[in-house]
Amino acid sequence: MLFALILIPLLAAVAILLGAPSRNTALGAAVLNIFLTAVAVSNPSAWDTGFQVLEQPNINLSLGLYDGMSVVMLILSVLVTFAAVFTGKCPEGRDKLWFSSILLIAAGAIGAFISTDIFFFYAFHEMALIPTFLMIGILGSGERKQAAWKITIYLAFGSIVLLAGLLLAVGQLDGFAFSDLQEIPAEHQNAVALLLIIGFGTLVSLFPLHSWAAPAYASAPAPVSMLHAGVLKKFGLYGLLRVGMVVAPDGMAHWLPWVCVLLLGNIIWVGLVTVNQKRLDLMLGNSSVMHMGYIFLAIAALSANGSNEIAQPAAVLLMFAHGISIALLFSLASVIERKTGTLEIAELGGLAKTAPALAFVFGLAGMASIGLPGLANFAGEVMVFFAGFADWKPAEGLGWVQWTTIIALWGVVLSAVYMLRAYRNIFQGPLVRDTKPATDLHICEKIPAYLLATTLLVVGIYPQILLQFL
Amino acid sequence: MQPHYIEFITVGFGIFLLMFEAFSSGNKSKLGLIAAAGLTLILILQCFVCTCASVPDWMSRFYHYDQVALFYKIIALVSTILVLLMAVDFRKVLSRFTSGDTSSSGLGEFFCLPVFACAGLMWMASARDLVSIFVALELVTITFYVMVAYMRKNVGSLEAGVKYLILGALSTGFLVYGIAWIYGALGTTEVTLFSNIIAKGEFNQSYLLMGIALILIALGFKVGAAPMQLWIPDVYQGAPTPITAYLSVASKAAGFLVMMVVLGPFLAMSATNSEVVLALSVMAGATLLYGNLAALQQENFKRLLAYSSIAHAGFLLMGVASRDFSAVSFYLGTYLLMTFAAFFVLALVRNQDDSDLIDAFDGLGKRNPLLAAVLTITMAALAGIPLTAGFWGKFFIFAAAINAGQSWWLLAIAFVSVAAGFYYYLKVVKAMYWNAPTTEKAIEVPVITKSVLALLTLAILLFGIWPQPIMDLLK
Repeated sequence: MLFALILIPLLAAVAILLGAPSRNTALGAAVLNIFLTAVAVSNPSAWDTGFQVLEQPNINLSLGLYDGMSVVMLILSVLVTFAAVFTGKCPEGRDKLWFSSILLIAAGAIGAFISTDIFFFYAFHEMALIPTFLMIGILGSGERKQAAWKITIYLAFGSIVLLAGLLLAVGQLDGFAFSDLQEIPAEHQNAVALLLIIGFGTLVSLFPLHSWAAPAYASAPAPVSMLHAGVLKKFGLYGLLRVGMVVAPDGMAHWLPWVCVLLLGNIIWVGLVTVNQKRLDLMLGNSSVMHMGYIFLAIAALSANGSNEIAQPAAVLLMFAHGISIALLFSLASVIERKTGTLEIAELGGLAKTAPALAFVFGLAGMASIGLPGLANFAGEVMVFFAGFADWKPAEGLGWVQWTTIIALWGVVLSAVYMLRAYRNIFQGPLVRDTKPATDLHICEKIPAYLLATTLLVVGIYPQILLQFL
Repeated sequence: MQPHYIEFITVGFGIFLLMFEAFSSGNKSKLGLIAAAGLTLILILQCFVCTCASVPDWMSRFYHYDQVALFYKIIALVSTILVLLMAVDFRKVLSRFTSGDTSSSGLGEFFCLPVFACAGLMWMASARDLVSIFVALELVTITFYVMVAYMRKNVGSLEAGVKYLILGALSTGFLVYGIAWIYGALGTTEVTLFSNIIAKGEFNQSYLLMGIALILIALGFKVGAAPMQLWIPDVYQGAPTPITAYLSVASKAAGFLVMMVVLGPFLAMSATNSEVVLALSVMAGATLLYGNLAALQQENFKRLLAYSSIAHAGFLLMGVASRDFSAVSFYLGTYLLMTFAAFFVLALVRNQDDSDLIDAFDGLGKRNPLLAAVLTITMAALAGIPLTAGFWGKFFIFAAAINAGQSWWLLAIAFVSVAAGFYYYLKVVKAMYWNAPTTEKAIEVPVITKSVLALLTLAILLFGIWPQPIMDLLK
């Protein structure tokens, strides 16, 4: 029955291409998916399903909520999909392309997270890349063509390296199903782990393979940035936890020092880059890249010590929280651009006077992304920092992970600097002359914004609601 | 029915068509439809011939019939049928360059020749003796010489014909010479006996390697492997588009089949294995690099497809070097679907806009969204994006190469090639959607092209999700 979760957006996309009313069909599909997800999550294992597509090697199109990680990622996907369909104003006459692409990306993301077979896990993610490419290239803004090429080449490269790693890993195993995964012989572990770190790392925008992300998100239409930064990018992290840590734990430990250095590149270097951004969309894109570092930190903690019990829930919780908050921020940024005609931070000001609801929700999302207590990201980040010290033995001194954690903590300061400064410039102070007087959120913008904001609050106050699955 | 009758029937049908052409008048394009219909009947007939059917003794040395042979016969028949159908819709361009006007009086033979080529291809699928392989290969190649140069009032086509003729004849020379060396070394031309003789060790190693090297060169010409690939872009560009598609699919498939048949025993025996694998790997690496890097900057879609065809030959060579012949066959099967879909669209655009350039595809997304969607899927498949048939082909080849312990440098080149492929195939997609159309005129899709494209696209998607049926055919 989980097939329905993929088929509904796919069929809706086809229906839209064939002439169904685009916005309503897309909304209907998104709502239906939220509903089905609620049913599926209440009884996860009952919905498993599979179909053999190849005997030799044994590959199945099998779907299931493999464990809590899949559940959380599925919830994230359907929520962001709903918001993405709602948000954003599609250019005149391009609604077929617009809505069907959103649905195709969503179908790919959902498919990747509910596949229980490595092959389809990989394939669904790739499927989502073509509509992403088209959307950025056709309907994007600014340097859209360059951004589309860049994202395509980077992600293609990442996928290929990833495929090499997966094939090398699976070659040592019996099959492609997640349940067949186990530790592979020691002599292959380092190679597999390296390929997976580079492959997945490129998809997650791990430093220094991150330079595609910010320009792509800045040029992409809002729903695409929401879906890609919020959901699709989590595929790489999910994959490292799901595959990398299982097949090559020693290999992951072997590369730990490198990963620590690189993730600090994400947090500190990209953090500094973010502070220097002058445009809101580029700032959000860079901040998204920066926050990936924290999730990598959880993965590093897990690879340093496989019995670290906090690390994985911490990573998944932060993935969820980041997904929701960045999607909300991107959608609000598009609202701001629509209302004022610019995203240059210096040209904006005093929006809170005329658009209080917008200012409030943006503030909430911004605080969440900094990691203010009471919001979902805080729960995730704190758990990540705990995970960094979970297995620390004071007698042995500080290890790689502990040092990294200590330095990474400064990233919180950096994100406070850029986010608060942006908030002050955009919403506080006098109305800047250049901008039109902005109106407040329309009801169509309120519904998705409030939904995501509420999610951030609920998970922030009561993280157990997600942690129970993990 | 004995399996070799099918080839006899095909040749007979070709002769019948020639006679019919000579005595019929008026619209020659119906000849193409008759030929396609006849071949479809033969295809159905072929599918009913059990692979357990026995071959009579006097034939058995030259003719071998099994599941793999059946698979390649199906490839031969299907691609010939598609070529004929494409030629019917392409007749406007053809007649302009043959009779110089819009009448179709000079087109008759154009619809008969593919039938003979098809018979040769089918025969090649069954040939297991160097002599019968050679005869079948020549039947195909000579027919191709004529077809490539068919548009006699077009300089490009003539040039292509001459290039193909000269280099083809040269490769034939290499092939015969190689066969002679192998016969000298092993004392037989029967491929099935090679393994035994090598196992006994009663042969001259250097003579044998000389023979293998010469045959490799000849086959490199046929499949377009570096460093014998130089003719491909010019010939592909000059030949009539349906024939380019034919060259790209059927002729390549036949070349690879021969390569697998002839080299199989040498790859299996430790006495020759390492040399052959090394030679194949070097060829594969060079082919991949050349095909993919040269394709990056192409502005002409037909040339792009020519370089892409070289690139695919590189992947196939890697499969041969890894000795996973079912992966190679699978790849060829899916390659047929993708390439024909691409060429059908190309022929259509060429027919209406009179241009092979990628620029001609500008704004196709607006001029005909469905056609653009089909070409997008096709390009995705050629690039090897998952959930299309093209991905499985690459997947099997890579899996085979990793399992066979191929050298890391070859794998690295192959992975880089796939990434490069994304770039140049998506360039076409980019043109269709990002660029503004030069004319607003909607593109008309004739009914034959429309139905063929629908079928091919569905097959690309279906086999992309469920490849098992093709694998079952190969079992």
